[in-house]
Formats: sequence, structure tokens, C-alpha cells
Amino acid sequence: MKVEQISVFLENKAGRLAEVTRVLGEGGINIRALSLADTTDFGILRLIVDKYDQARELLKEKGFTVGKTEVVAVEVPDRPGGLGLVLQILAQAGINVEYMYAFVQHSGKNAVIIFRFDNLDQAINLLQKEGIHIYKGEEVYRL
Amino acid sequence: MIRDIEAETMPREDLRALQLQRLQAVVERVYHLVPFYRRRLDEAKVKPEDIRTLDDLQRLPFTTKQDIRDNYPFGLFATPMDQIVRIHASSGTTGKPTPVAYTQRDLDNWSELMARTISCAGGHRGDIIHIGYGYGLFTGGLGFHYGAERLGAAVIPVSGGQTRRQIMLIQDFRPTVICCTPSFALYLAEVGQEMGVEFKDTSLKVGIFGAEPWSEAMRQEIESRLALDALDIYGLSEIMGPGVAVECIEAKKGLHFFEDHFLPEIIDPHTLEPLAPGEMGEMVITTLTKEAFPLLRYRTRDVTSFDYAPCICGRTIARMQRIRGRSDDMLIIRGVNVFPSQIESVLMETKGLAPHYQLIVDREGQLDTLEVAVEVDEAVFSDEVKGLQNLAKSIERQIKDYFTVSVKVRLVEPRSIPRSEGKAQRVIDKRKL
Repeated sequence: MKVEQISVFLENKAGRLAEVTRVLGEGGINIRALSLADTTDFGILRLIVDKYDQARELLKEKGFTVGKTEVVAVEVPDRPGGLGLVLQILAQAGINVEYMYAFVQHSGKNAVIIFRFDNLDQAINLLQKEGIHIYKGEEVYRL
Repeated sequence: MIRDIEAETMPREDLRALQLQRLQAVVERVYHLVPFYRRRLDEAKVKPEDIRTLDDLQRLPFTTKQDIRDNYPFGLFATPMDQIVRIHASSGTTGKPTPVAYTQRDLDNWSELMARTISCAGGHRGDIIHIGYGYGLFTGGLGFHYGAERLGAAVIPVSGGQTRRQIMLIQDFRPTVICCTPSFALYLAEVGQEMGVEFKDTSLKVGIFGAEPWSEAMRQEIESRLALDALDIYGLSEIMGPGVAVECIEAKKGLHFFEDHFLPEIIDPHTLEPLAPGEMGEMVITTLTKEAFPLLRYRTRDVTSFDYAPCICGRTIARMQRIRGRSDDMLIIRGVNVFPSQIESVLMETKGLAPHYQLIVDREGQLDTLEVAVEVDEAVFSDEVKGLQNLAKSIERQIKDYFTVSVKVRLVEPRSIPRSEGKAQRVIDKRKL
């Protein structure tokens, strides 16, 4: 039920993001979703890719600091209030969202949102109990 | 004004005779009173009676900061504790300070030398002296304090910090002489300007600035902004504190070195061979009159040169040029001594942090800034912004606790710190000195 996300440390200077995408592109790796958190000095690039291990190796070879984080891919109805519903369930249970970002592609009629929680298992159980669909890793990489 | 006509204008031949006599006495003393020196002299196969001319100085072993550290805390003191009346200390390189000691006679000499220093820089009995150097283990505050009192001036012992209050005191107490670091002097000018103070309307006439290297350009700026004569002073706690050398107000051309108490040499820091008069190299000092903490051929690591020509002020004692740099990698940040290795040891306390860092020293406005670039590797990487920000803040806090100097930590990518010949370039000093 968990999805493996690659995170990459980037200094805030021109061309670093381009370098990451170049390395992955030349390695034949497809980026499925991404988000970039930035501060004045540095940024953290978070990626979901189709070939996790290979991507990680390629980036490490090029000297990037690469981290691995488990996240949850949640299917959210693509209509007004869809995301609100999911967030409300989490809020009521006191589960904190560390960060989240949307998948580029739709799954059928629904949107896919990537969540990072402080307590992943608790969040997964709760959402599933409420009938919300959580994607398996393999499904997400293939989307 | 020349306070001690005899000592400061002595024919050089007489001065050399006095130096030799005092050198013989100090070698005799340390040989019998300091086990470390007896061992060193025995190893060098030199006996006190072998010192027959000043050239024999070169037969003596050097003393380094590491030697003082190895004998921490009091191993190099040459008198029993019941003769010692004061202990000061400078910042050390391994978290331990470097302690130094004074007998009553040492304090008398120091006070006298500081009275000479203030006179040389243009101070007199009747002056009001604002002392903005820190009081405490640091020798700056108390060194000036005792010298100013000896001179018969009125002392305002302000110590460091509280800039606006210092400016208020300058306006209200009307000091004629101010002593502090040159960077603080410029900071005072800046804050004073914000407060609408016209320094030409204040009572200040003379500023005696030291404890960190500064430049001729900085003198011009301080003199025009604070409307006073700015003089350079040199000293280091291992040798005594302030009062080793100072510029005269008449010439402002080199710092008169009090050679009757301290014997300077200039050496090549690599070959350790003495250099000819006038050549630039590392300054080595032997104390000639110190009782509690005498040092033979102490390697200051400060790079300068000497001019032995008499000065227009009448003094015959040699003039040391402004300090041009260091023969080691020590940085002086807002008056605090910082070795890159100390920063490294603080960084290494953070588990998993890579030993790759770079120190970028700059001057923003009038204050030194220190930025520490640290490479982020997987062991400390977090995919959350707050995780990395906490890492940077915790390193900043540790360095601040250790050095009392605020730094900015910048996280950088691995291998982004340039390495030359496999060795990282640790320090980039952007200050224009």
C-alpha cells in the first residue's frame, strides 16, 4: 500500500533541476509525479518514477544526495470537495499531513494525490476503513 | 608623547646590550623553573651559559601554541601560584582556553607598557578614556584599564556590546580617547549616524584600535567617520596582551615595538630560518622580563616585517608593519580567533555529517560574517524542509555556543565544495584588508 518516493537535495542554483531530469531522461526513466519544496538556500525535489531502483542508482552515481521515503497514493474523486473529504477524515483522526502533491495523470475519472504522513500505517488503515482507495506501488509506477 | 625617554629612544647598541642581558636572565630562569624548557633546551644541547650574544637566540627552541596546549592548564607557569596575582586566557583551538599568568611585577610592567602605548598614540594624563574592549578573561579590557590608570587618565570601563548605550556615554561623558576593535569602531560610526550623531561634535580625538587585522583603507574610513586619529595597536595574550607594539600619532607609520621587554624575530615559516631585517615573514617573540609566563621564541603565526630606522617621533625602537596575514589558517572573526579545524570538530559532533565544509568570511557593512557551507549527504538528508532547516539551525547553535560568534550555515550538494589536489579549499576570505 506504500509507494516509494525518491527525494533529491538540490542547491538553489541554476541548472540543478535540469541536470536531474537530464540524468533520468538519458537513463530511460519516466517521471510519474514530482514536487519541489524550496527555501532561499536549497530545494528538495520529490519524485515518483517508473523504475525506482534504477533512478536512485543513476542519481547517486552523478553525485546527488538521494533519499528514499514511503508515501501513500490516494484516489480522490475529481470534483469540488473531493480532496476536502479526504483531508477532513485525516484531520478528525488527528493525522498530520507533512506534505502532499498531485499526480499529473488521472486514473479514470479520479485524481491521484501523493501524501506523506508522520504515521503512514495509521493513515492507510483509516482511509481504507472509510472506503477510500489507496493505490499499490506497482499500480502507481505504471499509471 | 614619549613616556619613557630612556627605554624608547635608547641608542640601538645600548638596547641590544640590555636585550642580551635580559635574554640571558630569562633563559636561566626557564631552564631552572620550567621542566618543559629544561627538556627542550637539553634536547637542543643548549645551556643557559651558551647564550653569549643575541645571535645565540637562534640556538633556542621555538615555542608553539600547541606546546602551551600540551601543558594545559598551568604547566608552563614559571612561578608558584602564591606569586601569581592574575590569570587571563585566550580562546583555544580544542575547546580549552590558553591560560596565561602574571605576577605583581608582570602587572606593573604591563600597566607601564600600556601607559607608554596610550602616550605613544597621543593620550595624556587628563584624558577621559572610553574602553570598549571586553573585560574578563580576554586581555583587552583590563590591559587598557590598568595602563590608562597608570597614565593618570580617567577610565570609563564600558566593555563590549550595547552600542547605542556606548554612543550615549560618548555624548554625555565626553571621552577624548576610545579603545576598541576597528570593526566595532566602524559599527559605532554606523549606529551613531542612524541616531543622528555628528562625530565631529563629540569630544573624541584619538582611537586606539586592535585585536584584529585592519587596513590603511579602514583607517581612512574610521578617521573620517569618527573624526579622530586612528592608531593601530598590537598584542597577544601569550606574550602579555595589548601593549606589545603601537603606532605613534606623529608618524602613523608602523607600530613601535617595545623591544626592551620583547625580542622580535622574523622567520621563514617553512624553513624556520631567520630572515634579513625588512623582509616579511612570521614574527617570533621572546619575552625578556615576564616572570609568571615567560616564553622563548614564541611563534605568533602573524606575518609582518620590521623597520629598524629611527622614527620622526624620536623613538629608536623598531617598527613593526601592520599584520599582513597569518602563517597558519587562523581566522579572526569580530575579534574572536577561529581555526577551521575547530569548526570541523564542531561539525563532526553531528552524526553522519560529511567532513566537507567551507568557511566563507565576508564583511557586511562593518561586521565580519562567517558562513559555513556544509555538504549534505544521505546520512543527514531529509525529504522535509523543516528537517534540513533544523539541521542547519542546530549546527549554527553549536558553533555559536562554542565560539560566541554567530554564523550562517548553508547546506550544499555533495562535491560542490571545490577540491584542489584532492584537498578541499577550506577558507574563502572575501574581506578586503
